[in-house]
This record gives sequence, structure tokens and C-alpha cells, in this order.
Amino acid sequence: MAVQAPAAPAPARPLVSGASVRNLIRRPETGALIGTVSVFVFFAIFGGQQFLSSGGTASWLNVAAELGIIAIPVGLLMIAGELDLSVGSVLASSSMTLAIVSGHYGAPMIIGIGAAIALGLLTGFLNGVLVTATNVPSFVVTLATNFGLAGLTLGFSRVITGTTSVAIEPGSPDKELFGTLLADKFEVAVFWWIGVAVVVGWMLHVSRFGNWIFAVGGDTVSARATGISVRNVKIGLFMGSALGAALVGVIQTILYNSAQVANGQSFVFNSIIAVVIGGVLLTGGYGSVVGVVLGTLTFAIVQQGIYYTGWESDWASFILGILLLAAVLMNNTFRRMALSSSTKKKA
Amino acid sequence: MTEPLLKLNAVCKSFGTTDVLSDVSLEVRAGEVLCLLGDNGAGKSTLIKILSGFHEPSSGTMEAGGKKVCFKSPRDASSHGIATVHQFGGTFPLMSIGRSFFVGAEPLKGLWPLRRFDRKLANSIAVREMQALGITRITDGDRLVGGLSGGERQALAIGRAVHFGANVLILDEPTAALGVKEAAHVLRLIMQARQKGIAVVLVTHNVTHAMTVGDHFAVLIRGALAADFHKGERTREEITDLMAGGEAMAELEAEIEAYQLAHHGHTPEPAELERLTHDPSGP
Repeated sequence: MAVQAPAAPAPARPLVSGASVRNLIRRPETGALIGTVSVFVFFAIFGGQQFLSSGGTASWLNVAAELGIIAIPVGLLMIAGELDLSVGSVLASSSMTLAIVSGHYGAPMIIGIGAAIALGLLTGFLNGVLVTATNVPSFVVTLATNFGLAGLTLGFSRVITGTTSVAIEPGSPDKELFGTLLADKFEVAVFWWIGVAVVVGWMLHVSRFGNWIFAVGGDTVSARATGISVRNVKIGLFMGSALGAALVGVIQTILYNSAQVANGQSFVFNSIIAVVIGGVLLTGGYGSVVGVVLGTLTFAIVQQGIYYTGWESDWASFILGILLLAAVLMNNTFRRMALSSSTKKKA
Repeated sequence: MTEPLLKLNAVCKSFGTTDVLSDVSLEVRAGEVLCLLGDNGAGKSTLIKILSGFHEPSSGTMEAGGKKVCFKSPRDASSHGIATVHQFGGTFPLMSIGRSFFVGAEPLKGLWPLRRFDRKLANSIAVREMQALGITRITDGDRLVGGLSGGERQALAIGRAVHFGANVLILDEPTAALGVKEAAHVLRLIMQARQKGIAVVLVTHNVTHAMTVGDHFAVLIRGALAADFHKGERTREEITDLMAGGEAMAELEAEIEAYQLAHHGHTPEPAELERLTHDPSGP
């Protein structure tokens, strides 16, 4: 990629002038930033005024917000070396739980939302316990949870309500809090996303817990040897990703005034794509919240930007596929540079 | 002599029906380098895993500072001042030096809901400890561990153990993957640790390295303690013989000698030697 060229000679440069460039390329989000800026410029050129208008901005920002709320905790989990493929069903089940408890039975919203979040946390806890107790790869465990929970959601919905789609009429504070459109365009979810990014960013990069996450993902055996409870860290992170999915379930239900059992499955792979584009290493131990936020933006811009170009939207997935591959290759290059820039520096 | 820091009494370990260690008794003393020698599969790794709390012995007892102990986890062992450093330093390649130095024991600053990792302090301590071990080119604690050389990683891990007050330092093949200069540096680190009164358990199959720094040697053969002696009590050849299972090496030497007699003093060609070593009557 042409954009990469200016950064490339950095490691060879003399110590002083190269220091800031070196610091930059050592950051896991550098590649992700280049990706986001590139796709934005690309669609700004080909999408024109429509893409740059507030309506165009809202269309990708809304997609990014919902995806981001899930992608950030999923990214954390991936930094710790695990995957979560169950977010799709967690979203659907939380969504249905809220609609059934507060819509079908008419219980207060707070109870419905509480039940939805609790169900998400419970699923995450089960994922964590199963993965840590059995040592079965999380790919398989959460894939199984995704299917199992999808079945339970469908089954219970039919038994209880007789349908697969339940309507709900959220009242005053809840509608504003979770599901209004600001300026008729921007979802409140955008603020939830920012909130999640700030809190999780603090957790990963500033708090002590963040260090444990990197350690668990970097080398589980060494992490255990230093006395970290690998099990608790992982269970906590599985609960985190499920919490993110449940929150989006609640947001969607309140925003659209209904819940459907088939909601949310697109988030399973989209969240992983966003995280990987964001520079998180699939094998764990490396990544950043800023990177995941940028990866999510890149994903959303490509997915929505295509509509503004006037081309067939069928090509969006193709571009995403290429982008994913390019992102991984570029991130590998940056990671290598981050490592080699340390060795070449001689005192 | 003073009380040993760590003592094994007739420790056995079996996995299923396989006996990996049988009846091993050892003493680890402060300010002494104990070299644990043995061929691959002799049980060295299992023995140090017992010392560092990863495994519990099947039978036999352990004493730390004269008191009977039972390590259920690596954490138990480290609370008794036992630190283990693995071949590659047991560190995290994509973490910064400061962060990986303090994994599991992070310095914090600030008040509760905002308590945070003190990066500056962590970096400065990590860099200081590494410089104290002679790694002077490291001045920036934000650098990634993966950019360090093998010897530097060992220094990081040893510095970490010393900083957290380890009194028994177990080094698992620290020199195996290193070049000559780097290995010499690690041996110097071992001497430095010993001078501070730390007991070092050095696992190696490099006899030269062991002879350079060792005070006390233990040779394991097929899970049993074949020899336990102090510096100067055995020659290098005797130790090499012991490690190779003794008789196996002696047999090969005898065969070469016989070959030389039969071939007017010529040593066997490589191909011929290969045939000799793979002789069915051999090991």
C-alpha cells in the first residue's frame, strides 16, 4: 500500500529524529488508522456530497455504534486469546427477553432490561466456565452456545408468545436512554459506544486488570506462574462480551419497538472483522481499544459507503474481504517493525 | 552448615503408570548454585515443576526453611520465595518491558475508582533492575520484550525474580538457545545472583556451563538421582559420562578404540562412526 511508504524507513533512521516515528509504529492502532483514513477518503471521493452530509455520516456512525459496543469487549477477549461467536444469539435472546417480559407480559421496563442483561451475563459466565474448565477451544464452545441459545430463544418465544416477533412500547426515560434518534438521524447508541470505549479503554490500558489481559493472551503459562487467576480473567471477559451484546439487544428492541428471534447473527463475524482490522492479534497478547474503534469505523464506512457511490451494493462484502486481508497483512508488518525497531537501536 | 532453603525427601512422581521421578532427595542452600544435570527425559523438568509448584509430588515431602511445605500452585511456591525462569525468559513478547516486569504485581497510583497502573514507576524500576544486571543498552521501559535478545530476556526475568525477593531462583536451560557471548552473560548473571545470597537451581545439559558456575551438582538418570556431589569432586569427563547414562558413552569409546586397533590407529570415518553408534548392541 502506497500510504505505508513514509513510515517504512523509520527503523533505519538515526536515533533522535526517528524516535517519534518509532513510537508511532509501535502502537497497534497505526495500521488501523491508515485503514480508516483510506476508506474515508475513498468514499468521500466516490460517494460525493451525499456521503459527507450529516445523513451519510449518521448512516455509518449508527452501524459503527451498534457494532462497536460489541466489538470492543470482543476485542478485549481476543487480546486475552479467546473468541466469542455467541454474541449473535446473546443479542437475540436479550432482545426477546426484554420484549417478552415488558412487552408481552407488560412488566415494568426496568425489569425487562434487567432480565435481558442478566441473561446475557449468565451466558457469558457459562461460556467462560466451559472454556476454562474443559480447555475446549472457545471457538467451539461459543459456537455451540450460539446455536444452543438461538434454539432456546426460538423455542421459548413460540411457546410463550406463539410468534417469533414481539412488539413493545417503551415509555419515557427508556426510549430516550436507549433508542431515540438525535437530530432525527443519530442513534443514542453512539453515546453508549463512546462510553464503552472510554470505560474499556481505561480498563485495558490504564488499570491493573488490563495488564493481566495482555499477559493472559501473551503467554498463559507464564501468566499463571505470576499468580494471575487466568480463569477469573477469562470468565470476566466472556461476561463482558456478552454484556455488550445484551446491551445492543436492549438498544435495538427499544429503538425499533420490537424484537425478532433472528436478530443479531451478523454481529458474530462482523465484530471479529472489526477487531482484526483494528490491529488485534488473533492469537492474543496484542491490540488496543482505539484500534478496535478505528476498525469498527472502517467496517461501517465500507458497508454503508458503497450505497453512496451508486455502485451495486453487492460489492460491499467483496471490498470487506479484501480489506480484512490487507489489514491483517499490514498489521503484521507494523508489528514486525515495532519489534525490530527495538533491536536495531544500539546504545 | 546453615539450614537448607529447600529440601526434598524421597520425592517420587508418577503420571498414570509412568514413574518419572523415583526417590529423589536434594538440598538447595543459600548462596549456592545447584546444577541439575541429565539427558533429555531424565526428569529434570518434572523435578523443577515440583519445586515451582506446577506439580505436587506423588509421594515424599518437601521442606522450605526447615518447615514442611506442600505447594498446590505456582503462587504457593512464589510466596515461599521460589521463582522460575524458563528457557525463553517466560516473558511476553508483545508487552512492554515495564509492563511485563510487573505482571501480577503491578504498582498502582491514584484513588480507588481511578486506581491505575503506574507506568512511569514500572518502567523506571524495570530499566534500573536490568541495568543493574549489566544490560545498559535498555533505557526505555516502553520497548517491547520481543525486541530483546535471548540473554536480555533472561536478565529481565532474573531481575524480576530478584526484585520481588526470590531466595530460590530456578533457571530452566537458560543458555540452551543462546550464542557463546550471550550464554557467558547469563552465567555472569547467575554468579551475581549467587553473590546476593540467592540459591540458584540451574538446569542444563551443557557440562561446561555447569562446571563454570556450579557449586553443587546433581545428575538425574531415568528419574533417579545418579550422583550428588560438590565442586571439584568429579572431573568433567566423569560428569559427561554420568549424563550420557555413563555406560552408553563408555561403550562407544570402547568401540572406537577397538576400531582404531583394528585399523592401524585410524579413527572411524563419519559414516563408519554413524554405523557404530547405531549398532544394535549399542544404546
